[in-house]
Amino acid sequence: MSNAKLPTTTKKAKGDEIVSGGNQDYVTMTIADQLFGIPVLQVQDVLGHQRITRIPLAPPEVAGSLNLRGRIVTAIDVRLRLGLTSRPKDKPGMSIVVDLRGELYSLMVDSVGEVLSLSNDDFERNPATLDPRWREVSTGIYRLNGQLMVVLDVPRLLNFTTMEAA
Amino acid sequence: MDDLLSEFLTETNENLSVLDVELVRLEQNPNNPELLSNIFRLVHTIKGTCGFLGLPRLEKVAHASENVLGKFRDGELTITPEAVSLILQALDTIKSLLAVLEATEAEPPGDDLPLIERLNLCAEGKLGGGSPAAKPAPAPEPTAPAVAAAELPIPSSSGNVTLDELEALWNATPGPTSTALAPVAPEPAEEPAPSHDLVVPDPEPAPAAKVPAPAAAVDNGPAGTEAAAKESAVAAQTIRVNVDLLENLMTMVSELVLTRNQLLQILRSQKESEFAAPLQRLNHVTSELQEGVMKTRMQPIGNAWAKLPRLVRDLAHELAKKIDLQMLGADTELDRQVLELIKDPLTHMVRNSADHGLETPAERLRSGKSETGRITLNAYHEGGHIIIEIQDDGKGLAIDKIKQKAIQNGLATEGELATMSDQQIIQFIMKPGFSTAAKVTNVSGRGVGMDVVKTNIEKIGGTIEIKSQQGKGSTFVIKIPLTLAIVSALIVECAGERFAIPQISVVELVRAAADSEHTIERLKGTPVLRLRNRLLPLVSLQQLLRLDDEEGKDKKDDETFIVVTQVGTYTFGIMVDRVFDTEEIVVKPVAPILRHIEMFSGNTILGDGSVIMILDPNGIASATGEMAMGENVSKEATSVQATRQEDKMALLLFRAGAGAPKAVPLSLVARLEDVDLSSVESSNGLPVVQYRGKLMPLVPIDPGFVIQTEGRQPVLVFADGDRSMGLIVDEIVDIVEERLVVQLTAERPGMMGSAIIAGKATDVIDAGFFLTQAYKDWFGSSSTEGYEEEKSQQRVLLVDDSPFFRNLLTPLLSVAGYDVTAVENATEALALCESGEDFDVIVSDIEMPGMSGFDFAEAVRQGGRWSAIPMVALSSHASPRDLDRGRQAGFTDYVAKFDRDALLYALQQTLSEQKGAA
Repeated sequence: MSNAKLPTTTKKAKGDEIVSGGNQDYVTMTIADQLFGIPVLQVQDVLGHQRITRIPLAPPEVAGSLNLRGRIVTAIDVRLRLGLTSRPKDKPGMSIVVDLRGELYSLMVDSVGEVLSLSNDDFERNPATLDPRWREVSTGIYRLNGQLMVVLDVPRLLNFTTMEAA
Repeated sequence: MDDLLSEFLTETNENLSVLDVELVRLEQNPNNPELLSNIFRLVHTIKGTCGFLGLPRLEKVAHASENVLGKFRDGELTITPEAVSLILQALDTIKSLLAVLEATEAEPPGDDLPLIERLNLCAEGKLGGGSPAAKPAPAPEPTAPAVAAAELPIPSSSGNVTLDELEALWNATPGPTSTALAPVAPEPAEEPAPSHDLVVPDPEPAPAAKVPAPAAAVDNGPAGTEAAAKESAVAAQTIRVNVDLLENLMTMVSELVLTRNQLLQILRSQKESEFAAPLQRLNHVTSELQEGVMKTRMQPIGNAWAKLPRLVRDLAHELAKKIDLQMLGADTELDRQVLELIKDPLTHMVRNSADHGLETPAERLRSGKSETGRITLNAYHEGGHIIIEIQDDGKGLAIDKIKQKAIQNGLATEGELATMSDQQIIQFIMKPGFSTAAKVTNVSGRGVGMDVVKTNIEKIGGTIEIKSQQGKGSTFVIKIPLTLAIVSALIVECAGERFAIPQISVVELVRAAADSEHTIERLKGTPVLRLRNRLLPLVSLQQLLRLDDEEGKDKKDDETFIVVTQVGTYTFGIMVDRVFDTEEIVVKPVAPILRHIEMFSGNTILGDGSVIMILDPNGIASATGEMAMGENVSKEATSVQATRQEDKMALLLFRAGAGAPKAVPLSLVARLEDVDLSSVESSNGLPVVQYRGKLMPLVPIDPGFVIQTEGRQPVLVFADGDRSMGLIVDEIVDIVEERLVVQLTAERPGMMGSAIIAGKATDVIDAGFFLTQAYKDWFGSSSTEGYEEEKSQQRVLLVDDSPFFRNLLTPLLSVAGYDVTAVENATEALALCESGEDFDVIVSDIEMPGMSGFDFAEAVRQGGRWSAIPMVALSSHASPRDLDRGRQAGFTDYVAKFDRDALLYALQQTLSEQKGAA
């Protein structure tokens, strides 16, 4: 959380807590053709299309809840969380299940890709001009071959209170 | 050994082990305020408990340590390893003292002055570096703990489960599942577990000859091992099991239940199956297993209260107060873990009530209360929650002091406070470090307390609510949801979504459709249902949850199911589209990000594997706004009840015109009629109807009301003598028995004022007004005059403390031709006598504050100008004994309060007798 207050200068090649030269493993996924990544150790499960129970009165980003082998998992529509339009109904989509303080959440994304081991040298802080909504939930960007990968910060992605204030 | 003492020992030993660890951690991170305040609280608790058990030596040591920790907490002292080791030494001393206490049930003689002195020095910041030379307080000889361990029966608290129960569980467990349960029956331990471990497994009861030391973690010292020789009798009956283990067991059973449900669901869809029989068996076994496991976890709340009477007694003694502790619902069972967590908060709060809440006997007498203060604990289940109320009749929370303190502590500015309601200000007492006690006493006032209470309660997902009334006392209401329990729930469907409603709050199900006897009616869009001559407010689940119909609007209102739900005293109906089965569900808490939605108490997985939300009837009730109202009524009613006891009366509730429902005392209404509007005629420009061979004027409540020419209209018939009039109303709602407290007096003619009746603001109409209105118009002026002439000389003095009755009787008597003067108490009446007023008859209430009716009559009869005036007593008690007493006091006649005919008759009799005599 120490990077909650980002310096405005973007020319800081390495993250403070990421050891330079090391490698980090990420599960990648795409949402609206953008590549995102979540540290692999935070990921519990990857699911295909699931039957979801709607939860009335819940924040719009909460798509509902589902049963994952006897545990109740809250499904979050990451598209809505990122300020995008919700996924067209005909596309099934996939989910990544993460654990936050003992609770399971299922992050609904368009598709889940492979696990990438990325060098810390390619990591970069969020550009200051990034959409504030994205900046809030992302720790930084990886420069990959041909595309950029946004690293999602799970606790902040699931912190709805800051969003309500916004 | 005293239960209290043994419980104290267990608890303190547990706390000490935690402290050891925490202190070491503190030394490593001296800047962790959370750690520090946790340590402080633990020591505070130890000190507090010692104080109540009368263990001065322990208390002194704990007190001195607490002082040092307090300085740490306030930042006045920096945390040094020396200081920490000093505290650790103090803890060691406490431990050794405890060991002796266990062995002998008494504190060892002597004191720990050197240690305390050093602690005090440290608190003053004068402790130099490393002076741990003098070993403080000679620790009791190592033999002591050894004996203790052997003799000490396992403290009967907490996680104990009788072996029978476990045995039963074991047997109930079906074969393959038993592996899951294996850890329950502990293998005989090789050696006693170290005391840091709160739980030491006990052996099976059977032939265990070599038994390791029973649970009570005594000392870190070597004593334990040798002490293992003897087997305690208690140990054979109960074993101490780690709560986590039970928790785990419970979870597994919950899962088993869900799986069982799933299997049964599958079975239902298959007509003939060879699985039917074994599944049936599995079903039974699971049910029993579930019941058994639940039992291991449930304990009556009385266990947590057990030490309170003693505590209160000692407190009363110490504070020189008289305190009466009442405990209601002690057998309310709740989850053991929950119980454990609320135990401390409860103790704290009772302590607070006794110390801060209740006044000294002298103060109480001065404010007109009885000498003995009362603290009431009340526990009950309500709609899937457990409610615990701690109520005292003391002085209430001092809002001004809280304000001062809040400013002093920088929690709020004066300006902010000015805009806050009292309710908001009260919330400040939950802030850490907030204590309004003027001085720091042994009992409380260190500002740990309410914040601990709040944290602990919130930890288990509960809420705490404070109500306080200056001078009347305060009430703390703790509401704990059942987070982990298997409940039976009704599955319903609304707008294509399924929901579970806990069966416990469901009263009945009603099907409402166009072709059934029940139909939903609407009052300005609000749906209601007539159910057995009552109006049931309805809540549309679809609207409440803002569900939109996904299949468009093809569903018509032709069939709706109503789940009649009761929350507290409030009954309402939830409208749903379909009702399915009931199902056993495991309540699982919802994700934190959804916890703010009050409508749900949890969620669960159904037999078919889908997730379903569990509706919280409490939340629905409060969301519909009725709950608060209902509570107010009951509160109002009880507070009034305290001053007066009787006076419940039957009221007729009806609707007429716009605005609030209206009420009139039933005793004034002669009949209820349904008038055929086509038979209404007009006479003298006013509507009349032929009624029992006479013409009866019809009076609408609203002067602008236009009477329809068709249909039927309900009419309240007021009769007086041979005259009657009809009051046109829109709808007769109900008859309720309720105490009538007119809260707002109305300026409008015809309205006596507003009162809360049946939970709603209701206009109480002044029947007298409508009577005179009708009479004047109908009988004409001459007749009225003639009528009045007869009795115009007769003056009545009405003495009644209730404004309602004065308002009710004054027009009644006026209409009957008396000249009425009404006063509200005997003193005022006597003052009228002094000032030279004369009356023909006095009508007086009996139960009045200050001078009662009897005293008043005696005073009148004692001489003076009024001594010959006949007096009529009015009372709700009209037993022969009361009559005698009344006659003795000097009343001429005695009339039951609500019998107006009798009153008029009595007045007539009394006056004619008087005339005859004169």
